[in-house]
Amino acid sequence: MSRAGRLDTGGSLGRIWAMLLRYLYLLRSSWPRTVELLYWPTLQMVVWGFMSQFLYVNSNYVFRAFGVLLAAVMLWDVLFRGQLGLSISFLEEMWARNLGHLFVTPLRPYEWVASLLSMSLIRVLIGVVPAALLAIALYHYSIFSLGLPLIAFFAVLLVMGWALGLAICGLILRQGMGAESLAWLAVFTLSPISAVYYPVSILPHWLQHVAWALPSTYVFEGMRELLFHKVFRADYLLTAGALDVMLLALGAWIFFLALRNARERGALLQMGE
Amino acid sequence: MSAAAIKVEHLVKRYSTATAVDGVSFTVARGTITALLGGNGAGKTTTLSILLGLLLPTSGIVNVLGVDILRHRYRVLSRMNFSSPFVDLPHRLTVRQNLLIYARLYALRNRRERIAALAEDLQIGAFLDRPAGKLSAGQKTRVALAKALLNEPELLLLDEPTASLDPDTGDWVRSFLEAWQTRTRATILMASHNMAEVERMCSDVLMMKTGKIVDRGSPQALIERYGRANLEEVFLHIVRKPDPELEPVS
Repeated sequence: MSRAGRLDTGGSLGRIWAMLLRYLYLLRSSWPRTVELLYWPTLQMVVWGFMSQFLYVNSNYVFRAFGVLLAAVMLWDVLFRGQLGLSISFLEEMWARNLGHLFVTPLRPYEWVASLLSMSLIRVLIGVVPAALLAIALYHYSIFSLGLPLIAFFAVLLVMGWALGLAICGLILRQGMGAESLAWLAVFTLSPISAVYYPVSILPHWLQHVAWALPSTYVFEGMRELLFHKVFRADYLLTAGALDVMLLALGAWIFFLALRNARERGALLQMGE
Repeated sequence: MSAAAIKVEHLVKRYSTATAVDGVSFTVARGTITALLGGNGAGKTTTLSILLGLLLPTSGIVNVLGVDILRHRYRVLSRMNFSSPFVDLPHRLTVRQNLLIYARLYALRNRRERIAALAEDLQIGAFLDRPAGKLSAGQKTRVALAKALLNEPELLLLDEPTASLDPDTGDWVRSFLEAWQTRTRATILMASHNMAEVERMCSDVLMMKTGKIVDRGSPQALIERYGRANLEEVFLHIVRKPDPELEPVS
């Protein structure tokens, strides 16, 4: 029996690309969604840019390094967009009630996750890079002046966003679409304790312990060290990387456990709006 | 090669408050069209979901195309497929985009040629570039079949393939499936509530009730066994009869 030219060498990469293509088609099919990706990071950057200009002449903190708030807002967006980018692509499958179709194909769950992570990276780049370029044009501040550490900061925050995204998707798989709002809200819980715009020493002593358990805190403290003292704290980066690995493992564990649970409950065919 | 396309032994699926499938055993011979019949809640969709690997059973053995699907589902998923009018393809993508993505998921080489051939066979060429959400019920059914036939499956599982179709479109779909099965010698297992459809298409019928298989045979054999005029009367007899009078068969 002819089998339609099956079994080319694409395998896993081919299936990951197929899913990535699906999310790119979805993004392309709606220009408002693309605009939305650009809108918030750009708006945030514009607001904090003017705030920085004001504080530059009124605050010793910003005077020491003009870009300290702008870099913080853009890096925070890497974490936020990284998590949201993953969660939105996942939710697209829930809204379309497509999980039943996907999981009767040879698509492995880890391949799906790989496509979600790839799409998250694409969404982050679409959102943050134009904002970073606009900051150069409007405020003569380039986040790229952070140099190579910027790549490390970006990677740590992106991976943390993925870990959170996977855990949130796992909770949505377990609880259903009633938990959908977690995709938009959960990451903001971490904003006050990640020391994004202020040093961690501002926090109450007991909360500082919580803050230092987050990879994001090391990034923002490391960013300030770099901007204020021109010192790259490799120890911060290593600790953040180690915490990232643990968080990512935990997020993946929650996600795959929830997926298995959905198979036990028979939820894959019914799940959706 | 195993003679049976599907071999299920002592299959049980229990939820916290109910037993959906209760010790079911059956085989489906290769190259046949078999129907899974039963009232609402009889366990048909649960059984199909387990066969597809979408649902994990509580216990039992499920062998599909010679492969233990509970242990090695990825060895066999590329050789089977599924279609249901109750699970649409994603609405916002065009029909062509959807089919291209699924063709990639099945690792097909000549994707565009395959889609073009299916578009001609299933008469979906006119709306290949229309969003899948903007199709009529009949068009959606044909597109869902195109998705299900992309990988030329050896085993095709269908959940009420002609539900919500007008008689003309329903007849067209049935004729298409019959011709496709004759040409490919594939195995079809379909859940259906349309008794005339089952009488016409299926050589074997599995009758389910409250999670058990209570009878099986060809449509004609069942009609004769129960002394009824058609399969619909047999179905009504079985569904309405109190449980103790029907002994499960394996």
